[in-house]
Amino acid sequence: MAKKELIKIKINGKDREAMAESRLLLVHFIREALGQTGTHVGCDTSNCGACTVIVNGKTVKSCTMFAVQADGADVMTVEGLVKDGALHPLQEGFKEEHGLQCGFCTPGMLMSTYALLQKNPQPSEDEIRWGISGNLCRCTGYQNIVKAVQYASKKMAQGGVK
Amino acid sequence: MQKTSAEIGGMGHPIKRKEDGRFIQGKGNYVDDVNLPGMVYGHMVRSPYAHARLKSINTEAAKKLPGVLAIITGEDLAKANLAWMPTLSYDKQMVLATGKVLFQAQEVAFVVAEDRYTAADAAELVEVEYEELPVLVDPHKAMDADAPLLREDRTEKNNKIFHWEVGDKAATDKAFKEAAVVSKVYALSPRCHPAPLETCGCVADFNKATEKLTVWLTSQAPHAHRTVFALVGGIPEQNIRVISPDIGGGFGNKVPVYPGYVCAVVASLTLGVPVKWIETRSENLQSTGFARDYHMTAEVAADKDGKVKAMRVKTLADHGAFNAAAQPTKFPAGLFSICTGSYEFPQAFCEVDGVYTNKAPGGIAYRCSFRVTEAAYLIERVMDVLADDLKMDPVELRQKNFIPAAKFPYQSPLGWTYDSGDYHAAMKLALDTVGYDALLKEQAEKRKKGELMGIGISSFTEIVGAGPAHSFDILGIKMFDSAEIRVHPTGKAICRMGTKSQGQGHETTYAQIVAQELGIPAKDVQVEEGDTDTAPYGLGTYASRSTPTSGAATAMAARKIREKAKKIAAFLLEASEEDLEWEPGKFSVKGAPGKSKTIQEIAFAAYTNIPPGLEAGLEAVNYYDPPNLTFPFGTYIAVVDIDKGTGEIKVRRFVAVDDCGNIINPMIVEGQIHGGLTEGFAIAFMQEITYDESGNVQGGTFMDYLVPTAVETPHWETGKTTTPSPHHPFGAKGVGESPNVGSPAAFVNAVVDALSHLGVKHIDMPITPWKVWNILKEKGLTG
Repeated sequence: MAKKELIKIKINGKDREAMAESRLLLVHFIREALGQTGTHVGCDTSNCGACTVIVNGKTVKSCTMFAVQADGADVMTVEGLVKDGALHPLQEGFKEEHGLQCGFCTPGMLMSTYALLQKNPQPSEDEIRWGISGNLCRCTGYQNIVKAVQYASKKMAQGGVK
Repeated sequence: MQKTSAEIGGMGHPIKRKEDGRFIQGKGNYVDDVNLPGMVYGHMVRSPYAHARLKSINTEAAKKLPGVLAIITGEDLAKANLAWMPTLSYDKQMVLATGKVLFQAQEVAFVVAEDRYTAADAAELVEVEYEELPVLVDPHKAMDADAPLLREDRTEKNNKIFHWEVGDKAATDKAFKEAAVVSKVYALSPRCHPAPLETCGCVADFNKATEKLTVWLTSQAPHAHRTVFALVGGIPEQNIRVISPDIGGGFGNKVPVYPGYVCAVVASLTLGVPVKWIETRSENLQSTGFARDYHMTAEVAADKDGKVKAMRVKTLADHGAFNAAAQPTKFPAGLFSICTGSYEFPQAFCEVDGVYTNKAPGGIAYRCSFRVTEAAYLIERVMDVLADDLKMDPVELRQKNFIPAAKFPYQSPLGWTYDSGDYHAAMKLALDTVGYDALLKEQAEKRKKGELMGIGISSFTEIVGAGPAHSFDILGIKMFDSAEIRVHPTGKAICRMGTKSQGQGHETTYAQIVAQELGIPAKDVQVEEGDTDTAPYGLGTYASRSTPTSGAATAMAARKIREKAKKIAAFLLEASEEDLEWEPGKFSVKGAPGKSKTIQEIAFAAYTNIPPGLEAGLEAVNYYDPPNLTFPFGTYIAVVDIDKGTGEIKVRRFVAVDDCGNIINPMIVEGQIHGGLTEGFAIAFMQEITYDESGNVQGGTFMDYLVPTAVETPHWETGKTTTPSPHHPFGAKGVGESPNVGSPAAFVNAVVDALSHLGVKHIDMPITPWKVWNILKEKGLTG
C-alpha cells in the first residue's frame, strides 16, 4: 500500500482530517474517509455529475480530483445544504416539483444548481438546462428539475436566502 | 370511486413523495453506502477478447501484493460446482470463465483485497493467457454452416437458442396472397443499455457464527434472487436475507443475477467477512443486461382503402453469449406478439429466432414489458410505411383500423385479450392538443420553400402487469405479487410488498392505495419493500407490474381489513353489519350519520376492546394473481425540424396522451411519462451499443454511449384519457413504461415524414445527424 498523507479540509463548515493515499479520489475521501455518503459515483469518466461537490466556490466532479488536491480547501456537499434545521429552497423545490425519482443524481444536481443560483440568481430555462448539462438524470427527463430550480430561484429572491 | 379528502390523500391526489426527504438531504441508502466493519472489496478480471480459449491463469504476482486476500477463478468455482449459474431463461451462464471466453469483458477471475484500490491493482497483476478464436458478431451469420460454434457446453452443436411462432400461418399467408396492397419494412431495434445512474453491485455478508448470509443487492426482484441463491448455492433459504436498499434506477438492468453477485457471496462464504463489489460504469455497459438487438421484418396486407387484413412478422433476436433474458418461461420472445398493436387485424403470424453471438448476454426488458418496445416500434413503423404506400394520411389510416371502443374486451389474432381501450379518444385529444391540421398546412408551405419538417404519430398499445399464473412464471415461480398491511393500535399502518421501487415512488403510491381503501391518511402509512426477511414473497418490479399486481394486492388486503373493521364497528356501535355504511375513514349507522366509528377508533378497539369471537389485531396479507394483463395505450405526436446543412434534428414539440386507467398519483404519473419519453428520445436518436468485427464493444463508457442531457432533451406536453381496467381492483393499468414503448416510433416517424417526399421510407435508430446528413447528401440537398 502506498504512502498516506494527512489531508485537512473544511467540509460543510466543519474542519475534518484523514489520511489518504496520494491517488485517492476526492469522492472516495468524502464518502469513505469522512463517511458522508450523499455524494455518489455514477461513471468513471466525469460525464454523469453524480459526484458533483463545490470546492472553494466552484463545482467539481469529485471523481476526477484527488483528495490531496483538495487539501486545505473549503468543500460543500449535499449534506451542507440544510441550514439551522431548515431545508434549502432548492431541496424544497426538488420535492415540491417532483424533480427527483430514484434520487441517485439528486445530490450532484443540487450542488450544480446551488452553484448556478449563486452566480445567476434568476436563470432562464435555457440557462438552467445548460447549468445542469454536466449532470445526467435517467429518471425525470429534466423538465421537473428545471421547475425545481425556478421554484428555488423565486423563493430565494422572496426570502433573501443564499 | 369515492374521492377522498386531501387530508386522507387517497387515489388521484398529487401528494408529494414520502421518500424525497432522505434523497434531497443525501441520506439515501444505496448499496455502495452500506459499510460494514471489516468489509473488504472485490474486483473483476475481465476478458479483453470476444472469443478465446483460456490457456492459463497465473495469480502468483497478484497474490503477493500486500492487502490481497483471495483470488477466485473459474476452476476454483468448478470444484464447488459453481462455475456456471442458471439464467432466468433456462440457459446457463459462466460465473467465471472455464475453458473459453465468449464475449469481451466476460468475467474471468475475482480478486478480493482490503480496499478497492488494491483490489483493482491486483486485478491488473493477474496474468491470463488466451488463444483467440474466430468471432461471431453478426447474428445473421449465426446459423451459417461455417459459423464458429460458440457454446461447446451444449448438446446442440449450433448457435440457435430458440424458434418461436404464434398465429395462424396458413390463414395469414392466404390473406397476403389475396391482398391488394402489401407494405413491408425491415427495422432494427438496436442493441442498447438501460444504464441506470447507479451501476449494479452488492455487499455479501456471511456470518460464520449464525450461518446467515445477508446480501445487500441492487435487485429489482429480491425474493426471486434469494431463491436463486438458495438453489445455486445450496444455502437453506431461511438463512439467506436479501436486502434491496434504495436503488438508483433499474429499467430492467437490475433484474438478472450477475456473476459479480455470486463471486461476492462465494468470497464472503470463504473469508467470513463482508465483501463489497460495485461495478464501474464501463463494466455495467459492457457486461450486464443489454436490451433489444431485434432485427425485425414486418409486412402488412391491406385493401386499397387501407383496411388492414393481415400482419406477418419475422424477427432475428441476438441474445449474446448466454440467453440471460429475464423473460416469462412460456415466452422466449417476451410479449413481442403484442405486435398487432392498436389495430383490428383479422389474421397475423409472428415468428422469432434467437441466436448466440460473441456479445454480452441478455437481453433484458429495458423499461418495457418483455419486448413490447420492439413490438410497438415495429407496428407503428410499418403502419406509416403502409400510409406512405397508399398516399394516405397516417392519422386516417390509424383511425380506420383502430379496434373500436365497443369491441373490448378484444381478442387479438396472436392470442391476447385486450382488457379495455378507447383509441379514437386518445388520438383525438393528441391531434387537438398539437393542432394537427395547422401543422399539416405549415409542413406543406415549408416543403415549397425546401424546408424539412416532419410530424410523427404513434398510437401504441402496451401489455403489462405480468401476469396470470396460468401462463406466467419465471423459473417456475408464478408471477403473482403480494402485500401485507398491519394497522397499529393508534390507527397508523405499515405495509410491505413483494415488489421493489427503483424511483417509481412506491412509498407514496402504495400508501395512497391504503388511504383510499381504509381512509387512513397516506402520511400515516409506512411502506417498506426489498427486505426478504420481512416482506411477503413477490416477483419484483419490472414490466410495469407493481400497480397491476402488488397495487392490486394492497387493495385486496385493505378490503380484508375493512371487512374485519366492519365487524368491530358493528360491535362498538351495537348495530348489525348490514346497517353500516362506509365512507373512507369511517363506518356510520345508516340514517344516523352522527353514530359512527373512525378507522382509528376501530384499530384501537382491535387491540383493546376485541369483540367476542374475533381474533385480536388488524392485519391482512394478499397474494394477487391477476386474471389478465392490462393494456395501457396512448397517442404520441412528435414534430421535428431538420437542419439541411448539418442533418441536426430538433424536436420542436412532443404531445403525449396516455391512458393508464385510473391514476393513483397524477404528479408521479406525469414524472414517469417525462422520464420514459426521455429514454425513448435517447433510443431513437442517441443510445446504441455496437461491436467491431473483432467483437470489441464500442459503447463502453458514457463518452461513447450517449445519453441525453437537459440540453438535448425536448420539452414534453402531456395529456390523458381514462379508460379503467375492468379486471383490476381499482381500475389501474400501469404506466412507467408506456412512454418508452410508445415514443421511439413517434420520433422516427417524424424524421421519416420530414424526408418522405424525397423517397425515404425508413431510417434505423439511432437517427444521428450523421445518418440524416448522409441521406440529404445522397438526395442532393446538402453539399
